Amino acid sequence: MAVIKKKKDKALPAVNTSALPDIVFMLLFFFMVATVMREVDLKVSVDKPQATEIQKLERKSLVTYIYAGSPRAKFQDKFGRSPRIQLNDAFATIDDVQSFVVQEREKKSEEDRPMMTMSIKADKSVKMGLISDIKLQLRKAQALKINYSSLQPKDVDALYSSEN
Amino acid sequence: MARNKRAIPEINAGSMADIAFLLLIFYLVTTTMDTDKGINRKLPPWDEEIIEDPPIIKERNIFTVLVNSNDQLLVEDEYIEISQLREKAMEFIDNNGDGSCTYCKGFKIPTSADNPDKAVISLQNDRGTSYGMYVKVQNELVAAYEDLREKYAEEEYGKSYRGMDPEEDKDIIKEIKTAYPQKISEAEPLNIGG
Repeated sequence: MAVIKKKKDKALPAVNTSALPDIVFMLLFFFMVATVMREVDLKVSVDKPQATEIQKLERKSLVTYIYAGSPRAKFQDKFGRSPRIQLNDAFATIDDVQSFVVQEREKKSEEDRPMMTMSIKADKSVKMGLISDIKLQLRKAQALKINYSSLQPKDVDALYSSEN
Repeated sequence: MARNKRAIPEINAGSMADIAFLLLIFYLVTTTMDTDKGINRKLPPWDEEIIEDPPIIKERNIFTVLVNSNDQLLVEDEYIEISQLREKAMEFIDNNGDGSCTYCKGFKIPTSADNPDKAVISLQNDRGTSYGMYVKVQNELVAAYEDLREKYAEEEYGKSYRGMDPEEDKDIIKEIKTAYPQKISEAEPLNIGG
């Protein structure tokens, strides 16, 4: 007699998780591709200015960064609070800028050199005296393509308020 | 032989997800998503010698923008707010004083610029000006040019200048850029109120 056995066990079957690794791997690859490792430790605090007419820096390998701002809290007893320049991982003086540019240019391939862009990442409270000095050094070092690193404001009207 | 027929046991892949999660979290933490953006500018080349006879530009073709150490603006000898700067600059560039610019919509004021090709914006700041203010002024001046180019593109080509593809519309962009060439000149900063 053929009897269709009814399952008495009504417990829910376990959810099939065999596709979980696939999903996780997919996310993993996304982050691996999108990731840019932080190259330098910021020793100066940089609160970028805001601007609307900004362009993306296309090729990261062509960009060299110059940071300017007041030293971070943990460096303040040693270096004071007045704005300073940071090149690579160390504090620098204005006289180091020119040799730094030359050094960085040497690292780049021959055809990339004329396209080298200097990105100035400076805090918005830094006085223009320091920035002008940097600019003068860059001119002397023949690094003429520069970029004032800034952020897209969330609220455009805030750009014109007096606090910023 | 019985032994050979035994199937190879499947590798337990249950912990694969754990490993992948571990890596995923590592990348999540180390990732910095900030894309670098900023205002592109070109510096004038350095010259040891002072240029003996700088090109003479008529006073009416120069739009002077001065920023002092208190971040205040003096534009064409007039004290203004940063929110007015873009409009003022656009009026100046688009003025069309000599009538040679067919696409300009300026008011043809005799004391303002002849045509966009001759119009030069001269920017000078103090060493005490804050960098934030400087970027803001730069931004407004660039925006003035971009807005004029945008208007021109809408009228001549019926499409947005900002939305153009740099490869596909290469010639159009070049044409628009010659219609409104960006001429911003920066003087050495003053040192009055450091």
